[in-house]
Amino acid sequence: MMPDRIDARGLSCPQPVVMTRNKMDTSKSCSFEVLVDSGAARDNICRMATGMGWDVQVTEDADECILVLSKK
Amino acid sequence: MKTFFTTGKGICIVGIGIGITAALLQKLGNPPNMGVCVACFVRDITGALGFHRAGVVQYIRPEIIGFVLGAFASALISKEYRPRTGSAPIVRFLLGFFAMIGALVFLGCPWRALLRLAGGDGNALLGLAGLVLGIGIGLYFIKSGFNLGRSQKTYFSVGLVMPVIAVGLLLLLITRPELKTGALFLSTKGPGALHAPLLISLAAGLLIGFFAQKTRFCTMGAVRDAMLIRDFHLMKGVIGLLAGAFLTNLIVQQFNPGFTGQPAAHSVHFWNFAGMLLAGLAFALAGGCPGRQLFMSGEGDGDAAVFVCGMVAGAAFAHNFAIAASPKGIGPLTPLFVGIGLVTCVVIGFTMRKKI
Repeated sequence: MMPDRIDARGLSCPQPVVMTRNKMDTSKSCSFEVLVDSGAARDNICRMATGMGWDVQVTEDADECILVLSKK
Repeated sequence: MKTFFTTGKGICIVGIGIGITAALLQKLGNPPNMGVCVACFVRDITGALGFHRAGVVQYIRPEIIGFVLGAFASALISKEYRPRTGSAPIVRFLLGFFAMIGALVFLGCPWRALLRLAGGDGNALLGLAGLVLGIGIGLYFIKSGFNLGRSQKTYFSVGLVMPVIAVGLLLLLITRPELKTGALFLSTKGPGALHAPLLISLAAGLLIGFFAQKTRFCTMGAVRDAMLIRDFHLMKGVIGLLAGAFLTNLIVQQFNPGFTGQPAAHSVHFWNFAGMLLAGLAFALAGGCPGRQLFMSGEGDGDAAVFVCGMVAGAAFAHNFAIAASPKGIGPLTPLFVGIGLVTCVVIGFTMRKKI
């Protein structure tokens, strides 16, 4: 069983998107978190997930960003 | 955080702006179909510092300086300046090295491939086809787990290295020291002698760097995302660049369709294709086209800065060892080093795969 949080910090494009997409395709749960630390990764994941009909909640602090993806 | 610049309309407008700017820079003195070419311009800077001896391609291009400083300013203002490094730097150096060799066999980076097409150079189609196939091969590795590992946060000062180097290059260009060694090396003929006025080139570079950082404009990423996840967001920027340059070229009468006699280009179709195949594969494995690598280096990405250093070394090597092509065709060692580059990239792709 894959964890419900993906840690994509420090990874360069397109790894964060690929990991998130794999999780979206295989996850049995309706919601999971993605931890990123770059604006590009955050924007790319938000765009892909919303484009596929998922809801994305973004929580940012100084260096990192938690994206909570949920099936609508 | 969603801003205008991260929307499809935002990146499209920035792409159009880059295309118009590049075509106008040509009108104002930059080499034909080379308004802004990241590979060519990094190669010219390499020559100006004396790292290669091709006398016709030596000039400190203010556009490149502007790219780094514009991205740096944008990142600082939007709080996206993020010093980081440590993701397989020596491999990124190698990828930069071979990306530059591939680009100099085609005679241009993806930006110039688009600008050449917008100027009517049909040979660019072969280069773009090679680029797409190279990125496609890179995607095979990415899908099967290829990655260069995580970068680590680092000191504020580490991210300043490339912006400080950019300021140093600007000072060299302004002061133009004349040493007994021959430095600073500046072309008196050939493409290196063709340039728009310094302040205009610098301002253009700063603007492009600033807005490209905001939009994450990337030509390689455009093709990659379209193929990988059917996401055409970055592609809107690329199409904007092509359209902006094409229409500007038509208006200022810089559009000359054909395959032969095109400026700073050759018509050896296979090597136009193979050069960009190598470059595309190297860009895909490194996660960005040369323009994007410069912008990321301005954001504090030390690994992107190492890729740029690899490009400098690749440019020097390509010209010193007769690998770079010229309008007459390829060099005697071109096939050997394109082959070595492809094998190197494939070995990197196969041997750096793991589940993160």
